[in-house]
Amino acid sequence: MGRFLLKRLGLATITLFLLSVIVFFGAQVLPGNVARRILGPFADQAAVDALNKNLGTDRPLLTQYWDWISSFFRGDFGDSFSYGVPVSDLIGDALLHSLKLAAFAFVMVVPLAILGGVIAALKRDRLIDRVITIGGLSLAVVPEFVSGIILILVFGLWLDLLPVSANAPEGSSFFTQLKYLLLPALTLVILLFGYIARITRAGTIESLDADYTRTAYLKGLPRQVVLRRHVLRNSLLPTIAVVATQTGFLVGGLVVIETLFNYPGMGKLIFTAASQKDFPLLESAVLISGIGFLCATLVADLSYSLLNPRIRYARAE
Amino acid sequence: MTTIEDPAAPIAIPIRPDEASVARRERLRLLLRSPTFIIGCVLLGVWVVCAIFGTLIAPQNPQADDILNKLVAPSGDHLFGSDRLGRDVLSRVMVGAREILIMAPIATILGTVLGTAIGLVTGYYRGLVDEAIMRLVDAVLAIPLIITALLAIVALGPSRITIILVIGFVFAPIIAKTVRAAVLSERELDYVQAARLRNERSPYIMFAEILPNVMGPIIVEFTVRLGYAIFTIATLSFLGFGADPSIPDWGKDIAEHYQFISADVWWPVLFPSIAIATLIIGINLIADAIAQTFER
Repeated sequence: MGRFLLKRLGLATITLFLLSVIVFFGAQVLPGNVARRILGPFADQAAVDALNKNLGTDRPLLTQYWDWISSFFRGDFGDSFSYGVPVSDLIGDALLHSLKLAAFAFVMVVPLAILGGVIAALKRDRLIDRVITIGGLSLAVVPEFVSGIILILVFGLWLDLLPVSANAPEGSSFFTQLKYLLLPALTLVILLFGYIARITRAGTIESLDADYTRTAYLKGLPRQVVLRRHVLRNSLLPTIAVVATQTGFLVGGLVVIETLFNYPGMGKLIFTAASQKDFPLLESAVLISGIGFLCATLVADLSYSLLNPRIRYARAE
Repeated sequence: MTTIEDPAAPIAIPIRPDEASVARRERLRLLLRSPTFIIGCVLLGVWVVCAIFGTLIAPQNPQADDILNKLVAPSGDHLFGSDRLGRDVLSRVMVGAREILIMAPIATILGTVLGTAIGLVTGYYRGLVDEAIMRLVDAVLAIPLIITALLAIVALGPSRITIILVIGFVFAPIIAKTVRAAVLSERELDYVQAARLRNERSPYIMFAEILPNVMGPIIVEFTVRLGYAIFTIATLSFLGFGADPSIPDWGKDIAEHYQFISADVWWPVLFPSIAIATLIIGINLIADAIAQTFER
């Protein structure tokens, strides 16, 4: 297990390094002249030079990269250009908001999607299976702003059941806050349901067809027990992996959903940074969400192999 | 079969049709009988027709302002209502298909061609380059496409070229991963060994021998990615990072009229939303049906 863990961590570190280079490239190399890009083509050359000096973008690229990445890991993300405050102040709050929204969505979507996937697998190739798999995937591929707007129109305006804004009034109770978060969270549920259900379905079908399941039936175990003890335990393994990879989708989805519902999380922050050409903020926010994704996949990978020794040994090769 | 063969007739040696083309025809037959595929084609077909002939068949000029009749609810004059400048929503929805249906396929083709080449080379040679590219794939996948696209647009300024390039470049490693996996299992097969023994050159083996046998996953991947390209381009327009603000565009039209829905003006928002949803769902139904025929 030790070697396996070490190998995973090593690979994750290399990926993290490449990720930081990509982000740095996008924010500090691609624009050519960063200050010119921020201030526009008509700005005074002196102002451009001053801003470049201020941002540190007039130095050699290697120095810039090293400076950025070393202070990043010391927790110093620099100052936001548009807000004029340290980036870390902005990101802390935003991260918390996003986690709240994401956690709410996951609490709803994971059990729902697993249930859907298992039902689809048990009723394989029947109507309900087609509805769950094709319906789920069709909903998952619709952009979040489209599904979000349709939810707002139906539940927020026509049925008038739910608040359209994600922000509960100051000092509301936990449940009121949840009520305000329900529409954005449901938009995420729609985005994630199809993939998780599809993987659960595939995993369940595989273990339904497996020899150990046939043996369990043949030794006379009741169907309920076979399903619970033999089928589900094995079929839920791939689901863990897919839930982790969905966090990537989640962050992308949050940019749109938080903008749509005007919710002050990471996604909204990334959107604002992009609209304001706030490179320091954008750079840190993107790198942090990328690191979040890498951590999630790493945790999933490890828990997957902890739960399944077959993988652990096969992959450690 | 009622005819009895004449034993004295010369034995006709049937020309054995090439197995691959039989398999291809069989797949096509299955595809044409699949309801998912047919529904997908109908949905996509509607928007392709709008993209090609939109300006000819649209009932009104999609750019014509009519300030006296702004935000008119759907009626005989404006089947889908009119927008904040009095422009006909139906016409804008029809013409809006063009831009996205030109950009998305170009970006996807770019990604598929690049990705296939990378996947073939890395899967065939393996080794260090292969490892390095797989790590790069992981790193690219750690940032959602929409955020990479935002970063690139902020850095380079919004233009069609930027959007096409960024989508293509992000798709390339993803497609390479799929192609590589397929190549890894093909390269051990006898026909590849035979080609090696014949002293064929590596590029020939990769592109003439292996490539035709991994077309299945590539076609599936292309269709799925096409859906994502449309997803991304529409989302960028919605966020205000579209390439060209002057032409009718579903995402941009939705963003511009989003503020009016609290006044129950839903038509300039709902109809373009349905347009995006049906186009993407159509493409994904096609992708799903194709994937199923290759799985058999």
